[in-house]
Amino acid sequence: MLSRTADHLYWMARYIERAENLARVLDVTYNMSLVPNAAESEAALWLPALEISGNVELFEQHYSEITAANVIHYLSLDMNNSSSIYCALRSARENAHAVRVTMTSETWENINALWLEFGQFIGQDLAKSGLREFCDWVKARSHLFRGVCFGTMLRDDAFSFVRLGTFIERADNTARLLDVKYHLLLPEQEEVGGAVDYYEWSAVLRSVSAFQAYQKIYSDTIEPWRVAELLVLRRDMPRSLHACFDEIMPILELLSGSRATECKRLAGELLSKLRYGKMRDIFQRGLHEFLSDFIQSNNMLGTEVHKTFFSIVAK
Amino acid sequence: MQKPAPTFFDEMQLSVENADSVDVREIYKAYQQWLKGIPRDLLDSKRQEAELLFRRVGITFNVYGDDDGAERLIPFDVVPRILDAKEWGSLSKGAIQRVQALNMFLHDIYHKQEIIQAGIVPSNVLTNAQYRPEMFGVDVPQQIYAHIAGIDLVRTSESQFYVLEDNLRTPSGVSYMLEDRKMMMRLFPDLFRRYKVAPVDHYPQLLLKNLRSVAQTGVQDPTVVVLSPGAYNSAYFEHAFLAQQMGVELVEGQDLFVRNNAVYMRTTHGPQRVDVIYRRIDDDYLDPLAFKPNSMLGVAGLLSVYRDGGVTLANAVGTGVADDKATYIHVPAMIEFYLGEKPILENVPTYELSKEDDLAYTLAHLDELVVKEVQGSGGYGMLVGRAATKAELEEFRIRILSHPANYIAQPTLALSTCPTLVDAGIAPRHVDLRPFVLSGKTVSLVPGALCRVAMKEGSLVVNSSQGGGTKDTWVLEGPSVAASEFTAAQTSAPIISQAEVSVC
Repeated sequence: MLSRTADHLYWMARYIERAENLARVLDVTYNMSLVPNAAESEAALWLPALEISGNVELFEQHYSEITAANVIHYLSLDMNNSSSIYCALRSARENAHAVRVTMTSETWENINALWLEFGQFIGQDLAKSGLREFCDWVKARSHLFRGVCFGTMLRDDAFSFVRLGTFIERADNTARLLDVKYHLLLPEQEEVGGAVDYYEWSAVLRSVSAFQAYQKIYSDTIEPWRVAELLVLRRDMPRSLHACFDEIMPILELLSGSRATECKRLAGELLSKLRYGKMRDIFQRGLHEFLSDFIQSNNMLGTEVHKTFFSIVAK
Repeated sequence: MQKPAPTFFDEMQLSVENADSVDVREIYKAYQQWLKGIPRDLLDSKRQEAELLFRRVGITFNVYGDDDGAERLIPFDVVPRILDAKEWGSLSKGAIQRVQALNMFLHDIYHKQEIIQAGIVPSNVLTNAQYRPEMFGVDVPQQIYAHIAGIDLVRTSESQFYVLEDNLRTPSGVSYMLEDRKMMMRLFPDLFRRYKVAPVDHYPQLLLKNLRSVAQTGVQDPTVVVLSPGAYNSAYFEHAFLAQQMGVELVEGQDLFVRNNAVYMRTTHGPQRVDVIYRRIDDDYLDPLAFKPNSMLGVAGLLSVYRDGGVTLANAVGTGVADDKATYIHVPAMIEFYLGEKPILENVPTYELSKEDDLAYTLAHLDELVVKEVQGSGGYGMLVGRAATKAELEEFRIRILSHPANYIAQPTLALSTCPTLVDAGIAPRHVDLRPFVLSGKTVSLVPGALCRVAMKEGSLVVNSSQGGGTKDTWVLEGPSVAASEFTAAQTSAPIISQAEVSVC
């Protein structure tokens, strides 16, 4: 297929996934803010949400202080923040518009309808009311997007690029989320069992829809190292790093065909770390180090995907 | 100073004052009967439903310079334009005949120029700005230049149709023909049981077949692409739509490159050869090396590959010389010259202001004529005498006198009207008709057309850029059926529910 088309499809999927993860972070942080004494201050509670989205500096240029209202607006509807949900969804729709022919009409209409519906939120003060509904809506539209792709698209390269975008973005987002919260998961923090800790951990789990999975798998109190294990190494946990790379690897093999591409090698290397790694070793080296290495490698993978498939130069 | 309003032929002849009028034209009788049986506000709610659906599907066009990125809808009218099989038969034959002659003309003037030697078309056609000397002596597959042609027709009476214009460059609007039909079938399925409407949805397949048939000889399985200026072009929806319906790639200039006298597209599996380009970019922007050097839309080196037969362009480069208003005048003579046939479709009587007699007549009757610039298009550079003020008439008279050869004049045509849903209810509005003729190994068209309607009362301008809308055009396959003849479809095998299965 056309390189430009593949590029658009890949980014369309990435942006939708990004919007979903942002909504998850917002939703969970908001819930946390309802728990008394969850954090020492409003700013301390909302800073991680900013850190996960990776753009604290830009925030500081536009807002005087970190408050719930400011962070919520910045991450949801702020048109000046290129990583807001607004901008992510607009970019998703623009990418889709540019290649609507490669999608099934249902996929295109779904994204177009998403953008038209988004209009209802613009100008709203979500911090005052409607944030939950907004986050639910974003998540539901993202589910719908994946569903309509899965249910209607031909299993060809176009489909593969859509899926590739979804999982590279998801792996990045899960790793970021964990990394920002990693201090909670340090094994040294042996003072477990407090109500606040419980809320923090369960919030991390809920933000990736893993709370019920945790209960089902471990049937035990929430232990930090298990939370990390669930989100890094468990392949049956659909938002874990391992699960993402279980999807990414065969897609890259399919797309590369007989070519020995660097992106295939890189993905293989990451996958084997996730498949054969042990949580104890990861903690010994430091979860933060592990996660920042991972985020960096995953970014490199994205760059390689670009080099291999999207930028064909005339020779 | 308005002249008394002329009477117009109406496609339905539904009188506004009396909706129960029995004088309705035969083909609209079943429609009128249906109209009587529906609640008053149904059409309006259906129109709103259509608008919602069009927006959801994204059947929109971009407006240049509109900063909020607003994508607009072309107004869609829910009342169909209906043509019977006989009317259509002669229109389609006439359109095919015309396009055949135009293609032969294009081949001729880029080769032997026999029609000029025969004195039928004046030699100044070669100095027309639309004539492309680069194309002289170039052989194109099947000798087809205008693979896709849109012939604009207007009607003035029961039996009188005129060709207003030939569109041989990159005619657009066919997606509306197809989408309007889909919409009508969705909104009014019961009407399609009353009328046997000839289907049009095979148009993209026919187009693909034609495009494949004009690949260079020796190409076994030609790769066809649609070349678009991109998502910001006003007709982008149509480009995307046609590429999707044909199952071919929609490319932009940046996706293509020239190497070893061939055109390739950049794909995720490396370069892939392209054989036929259905281009929706004007000649001027096709190749920065040959035409406008600052064009970002085209492909460097494309023209040289094209001239060497390494790729087919549809439509060919240089077709503009045949749909120019100065050439239009000669199309009936072309038909007789190349085909030895009498033209089936008539031209609008046209005065060439380069001729002394015509000029004198035009200047004496300026207030009742339409004067057009020879190279103008889209309703620009035009004088509608009937609607002009005294000052405008004077100003135009001076312009004509300074360059008479730049202008032609035509009588103001009494364009037919068709009932159309407007705010006040159903009212007559002026319409035209653009069937799309496809030429390749064979020449054909699907039984349907783009019907444009001027939504403003009394307006004769149907262009979408001037607020015109579209209607679904029905070509009937046979007489309409009365309501009593419907039979309910038999239900097929019963559906098994979960409970029943688990018992087994």
